Amino acid sequence: MNGRKTEFRAGIVDGIPIALGYLAVSFTFGIMAGDAGLTVWEAVVLSLTNLTSAGQFAGLGVIQAGASFAEMALTELVINLRYCLMSCSLSQKLSRDMPFFHRFFMAYGVTDEIFGVSVLRQGTLSPWYSYGLMCAAVPGWTFGTFLGTLSGSLLPQRLLSALGVALYGMFLAVILPPARKNKVLMGIILVSMAASLLFAKLPVLGQISSGFKIIILTVLIAGGAAFLFPVKEETKDA
Amino acid sequence: MHSAFGYIFVMAAVTYLIRMVPLVLLKKEITNTWIKSFLYYVPYVTLAVMTFPAILEATNSLISGAAALIAAVILAYKGKSLIQVAAAACGAVFVLELFL
Repeated sequence: MNGRKTEFRAGIVDGIPIALGYLAVSFTFGIMAGDAGLTVWEAVVLSLTNLTSAGQFAGLGVIQAGASFAEMALTELVINLRYCLMSCSLSQKLSRDMPFFHRFFMAYGVTDEIFGVSVLRQGTLSPWYSYGLMCAAVPGWTFGTFLGTLSGSLLPQRLLSALGVALYGMFLAVILPPARKNKVLMGIILVSMAASLLFAKLPVLGQISSGFKIIILTVLIAGGAAFLFPVKEETKDA
Repeated sequence: MHSAFGYIFVMAAVTYLIRMVPLVLLKKEITNTWIKSFLYYVPYVTLAVMTFPAILEATNSLISGAAALIAAVILAYKGKSLIQVAAAACGAVFVLELFL
């Protein structure tokens, strides 16, 4: 496989906005972990081993409640089930020639952000690109947690507020360019956003957890789109 | 009440398994057109759902969130890089909140 270094470097560069966004989110997580009674060391290990935002926030609540391990496992399963869908999608981007062990390492980095950027990369996905993304994103996530636990007032609110949109900006940078040339994709994006708004605002639907909302809408909208607009081989990477 | 590290281990194990199992099991290329198309559309739906309306609520005010959305949409539509789009969104919030 040629161009490992190039792929890795490209991953690091694309991973910088992920790291900045993570810094803001994990900083908040660190503050909450401290409030929940976790030590700095525990909070940092938690972030490093889990690498997931919603799952970690929910996990704090479970720890505080002193619930059973089974309850914790179930909570994480429900909230993080969307990663299962993402991994299925990602599996189709990998080259058959890629050594199998890479899959075990790449799995660690299946977050909303790393997945989103990896899966929409042109052509087959080099594991080194994913590792580059992780090398930028994971320190951002872990270090932000560390700072947040250490001192909740270290970063000014104004800066956190600005960094908070980095991830969303990045998501848009990933999904919009292909949609410019593809009306179906643009329609899917608009329908998804409208449905997401409905789920956030309607009384009953608003009660659904964010992890579940993502799964429900993804299955419905991507499933419906696959039925109405099946993708032809040639246009897959267009 | 268990130790914090016990919980952390359970969380990490469950989360990793969810991510790892499909990657390891789905070795072959899927040939079914519907499933292929579904998996192709998955990232667009997930990322769109996660971005909106969340971006409007991510900042200190609705206005700065909306400014971030507009800045990001324009630059992303022009095909700017990830960093440029993310930086523009952050910059829009930062500058606007100086005046709010």
